[in-house]
Amino acid sequence: MNPFTPSHDTRHEEKPPGALAGDYWRPDGSPDPLGSGLHAGIGVSLARVDGQRKVTGQAPFAAEFRFADMLYAALSYSTIANGRIVDIDTRAAEAMDGVVLVMTHENAPPLRTPPVFLGSPHGAAGDDYPVMQSDRVHWNGQPVALVLAETQEQADAAAESLLVRYARETAMTDFEIAKSQAREPDSVLGGPATITRGDADAAFETAAYRIDATYTTPRHNHNAIEPHALTLAWHHDGKRETLRIHDASQCVDLAVTSLADVFGLDPGQIHVTSPFVGGGFGSKTLWQHQILAAAAAKLAARPVRLALSREGVYRVVGGRACTEQRVALGADSSGKLQALVHTGVAAMTRHNYLPEPFVQATKCLYGVDNLRLAVTVADMHMLANTFMRAPGEAVGTFALESALDELAELLGMDPLALRARNEPERDPLSGLPFSSRHLREAASAGAERFGWSSRHAAPGSRREGEWQIGMGCATATYPYQRMPGAAARITLDAEGATVEVAAHEMGMGTATVQTQVAAARLGLPVETIRFRYGDSSLAGAVLAGGSQQTAAIGGAVIAAQRALVDALLARLEDDSPLAGLSADDIECRDAGLGAIGNAVRFVSYRELLEQAGKREISVEAKAADSEEKSHWSMHSFGTIFCEVGVSEVSGEVRVRRLLGSFDCGRILNAKTAASQFRGGMIMGLGLALMEETWFDARSGRIMNPSLADYHVPVQMDVPDIDVMWTDIPDPHTPMGARGIGEIGITGVGAAVANAVYNACGKRVRDLPITLDKLL
Amino acid sequence: MRAFDYHQAVGSEQAIERAMRREQARYLGGGTNLVDLMRETIEGPAMLIDVSNLARDIEESESGGLFIGAGVTNAELAADPRVRRQYPGLSRAILCGASAQIRNRATVAGNLLQRTRCAYFYDIGAHCNKREPGNGCDAQEGFHRYHAILGTSSSCLATHPSDMAVAMVALEARVHLRGRDGERVIALTELYREPGERPDLETVLTAEELIVAVELPPLPMAASSEYRKVRDRASYAFALLSVASMLELDGATIKQVRLALGGVGTRPWRAWKAEAALRGRPANAATFEAAIDAELAAARPQSDNAFKVQLARRVVISELNQRLAQARQGGEAS
Repeated sequence: MNPFTPSHDTRHEEKPPGALAGDYWRPDGSPDPLGSGLHAGIGVSLARVDGQRKVTGQAPFAAEFRFADMLYAALSYSTIANGRIVDIDTRAAEAMDGVVLVMTHENAPPLRTPPVFLGSPHGAAGDDYPVMQSDRVHWNGQPVALVLAETQEQADAAAESLLVRYARETAMTDFEIAKSQAREPDSVLGGPATITRGDADAAFETAAYRIDATYTTPRHNHNAIEPHALTLAWHHDGKRETLRIHDASQCVDLAVTSLADVFGLDPGQIHVTSPFVGGGFGSKTLWQHQILAAAAAKLAARPVRLALSREGVYRVVGGRACTEQRVALGADSSGKLQALVHTGVAAMTRHNYLPEPFVQATKCLYGVDNLRLAVTVADMHMLANTFMRAPGEAVGTFALESALDELAELLGMDPLALRARNEPERDPLSGLPFSSRHLREAASAGAERFGWSSRHAAPGSRREGEWQIGMGCATATYPYQRMPGAAARITLDAEGATVEVAAHEMGMGTATVQTQVAAARLGLPVETIRFRYGDSSLAGAVLAGGSQQTAAIGGAVIAAQRALVDALLARLEDDSPLAGLSADDIECRDAGLGAIGNAVRFVSYRELLEQAGKREISVEAKAADSEEKSHWSMHSFGTIFCEVGVSEVSGEVRVRRLLGSFDCGRILNAKTAASQFRGGMIMGLGLALMEETWFDARSGRIMNPSLADYHVPVQMDVPDIDVMWTDIPDPHTPMGARGIGEIGITGVGAAVANAVYNACGKRVRDLPITLDKLL
Repeated sequence: MRAFDYHQAVGSEQAIERAMRREQARYLGGGTNLVDLMRETIEGPAMLIDVSNLARDIEESESGGLFIGAGVTNAELAADPRVRRQYPGLSRAILCGASAQIRNRATVAGNLLQRTRCAYFYDIGAHCNKREPGNGCDAQEGFHRYHAILGTSSSCLATHPSDMAVAMVALEARVHLRGRDGERVIALTELYREPGERPDLETVLTAEELIVAVELPPLPMAASSEYRKVRDRASYAFALLSVASMLELDGATIKQVRLALGGVGTRPWRAWKAEAALRGRPANAATFEAAIDAELAAARPQSDNAFKVQLARRVVISELNQRLAQARQGGEAS
């Protein structure tokens, strides 16, 4: 199955797989033994632990929880982008059957503006627009009223009956105009908005081979299969008020701290759980609907369920911003890059902190001495843009990797050879060594399996009937991250172990993989591990974002395992076979602790508990500081290969084959990983060929807020997708693994565009690649 | 959605009588479009008269054609062996539309009477003359990539979204209507109005008139009829363009031809001008090009849908070439 020979980092001494992880994050540390490839439980295709519950409807989602005496909420959305509400006639709605409350800015309780993600360390909100506190309208689609009724149908009907009069004011809703007034943002993901090395513009001018092109990408909206929803209740026991929320969340802890700010509560008064989430992709954070539902529940003094309609998600939850990007590449005749300029503008608001960071991938991919990267933003009257699977890289790699393809053609080089020619030895900007970079291996193995050598360099060389066939490739990349704040609790008992982390399962397989990892780490059978997550009352805070959750949980469980072993060793009797050993001499094996390299010195967990006179031992520990990225440049890589057919009659594009060859460190579960990669790549096909929000430049209104008009790929658009991986562990991450949640979407846009060019000789630099652009 | 009354009709006479007695009553077929529109508050009938259980049979007519009950589902019609043998292009057209679930619910009459998918028609915040005559048309300067280039007016550019209806107008389908004054039969092409100044008036049906059946006349060349639908997404997308076509040769001359277009017209578009320019002419590229140019001469493309002129030209010529090749093969075989 895997064409790669696992290579082990010889700088480090091998430890047995059951040994406790050392300080992988330090230059003088040692790799996590679980990543070594020697542990039988890591990498295997364990089926989803919650699969049966999900397919039989036993897994409860946020809108399926109930509280006694619960009301149903419906929202009414503004139809102007900027201005004031003159009045809202609520009389008809209030008189309708079942209606309990109509909340508008006139009767909403005081709500503090929520702290924004990236703007505040405890912020989960997508923007800091005020929440129903005045007559101001800030975007087309802003909630202007919330209705509570005894049934959902009654609430919907009442919300539809509201008559709202507006005083319209001038709004910036046309990106073509807004971009002429683009500004440099304060920062891009915490870093500078402009990055220069050498003199890219001068080097470009004198380069022998040059490509200078503009690429545009449209707005995208979130379409998780589960629309955003929550069910909540306030409780008051006479002394203390508490808020209990079943939310669809990828950040339960940040949701708590943000809501505490909004309602002036102590975080301990709010409890958010999210046992199952039907996809997040960066959108299941905090938006106005959760705040409004909680405010209305407080006014009505009854529990509330609010489930956004599909349209509601488009109106209330931000999406990916549109971009216009320039890529200028200068190279010598050997293909060595002399200059790389990647600049551009993305739509944004004054109320959020995410300039679509489209230059992220460009920072690490190619070795070039002269580099200039710059992100500017165009302020618009719109719902704040937000994170959407590989924000930055998804659309940035479309521009960069299309330009590489154009340069390869100009040079008469194979596109893969051009990329290999520019593989950097160290991080091109920071100069740090890469923790583990095996892009070349991934690219060549992928090329071999895909049959890249059969590609004709000249466009339009291959056809079948009216179909022109072409192949393209592009590099995929996404950074490794391990955010601070993670902690884990391990509770050992006679039956096995419970591992608790305030993390999230959004369908990617977290519960399964972490069960698998915990079993391997503790030397226990998988069936005896109970992995608990999705609950803000659990230790630490782990964000399911930035493809970092697996590493973050891994780091926390490593720390908790050591704490558990320390706790067990501290309770040893003097004549124990393990007496005198320290945690570093110990491995977890066969449901107990043993001395490394000594089969006889072993005590089972059961005996350890009995000897300690405990039914269970519970420890909690925080993950080690996330220091590794200050020592190494840490990224995942891959190469996407694509074969398309383009109809010369209709311009229709159909993807015939798609392959992703990835270098993401150790793969922990081949089955769930393959699904993650494939899912990302399918989303990449959508980005390449059809996804596009119709944002009306006159009104700022999204005109296709439904899956009928906002197209994502359907079954017939998706060919068999082949995925493969190097499986080379990264010595500086927990389990040797890097995240895989987002990299799948990166590179796909360019791979498709490059294949389309190879098929028919038309270079499309404007996504999506629809048939009218190929006629 | 507004509250409404529901009545399940036991026969067409009774359904019509009910409709006559009640203001704002609407007939309900599979509900795959009307109920959506009610949810979006675009439609708000006071009563739904469910006729989906009526007229569920497909029968052979005396003349050798087919008589299709209005309540036959799209799935049943597409799968009917007689349809697949005598009118394969119709079967193909139906299967190109919607999804399997929707085709299992949607009825023949409901499909014919489905309303446009124009985004501005669907958004009560937008101006739309079809929803509210005289209100203006935001599609003219807005998103209209899916909109019509033929039969448009300054009031409306919306396409009729059906695939089935395009195949049926090519097959010269006739629609059997029943109303307060008894029955009448009209050509399907006569069912639809062009938008003109009143895009809200979409058909010639009178208030209580009910479609009870669609009749397909016998048409031997329809045995090699075809339907090609062009769209970015391979399934579950409305047509940017579709072409229903069939051709019969007399030696090297076109004896008979039927051509209809979807995705480009404000109604299922029978390409009369093209057909006239093909009939009796030599079957070759020059004839085909002249014919489609004759049809598209009246096209009024806008910024987003201008590509459809070129697209229609290329796809129609390609389709006619394929029908020609098939007809020649058939001729050689017999």
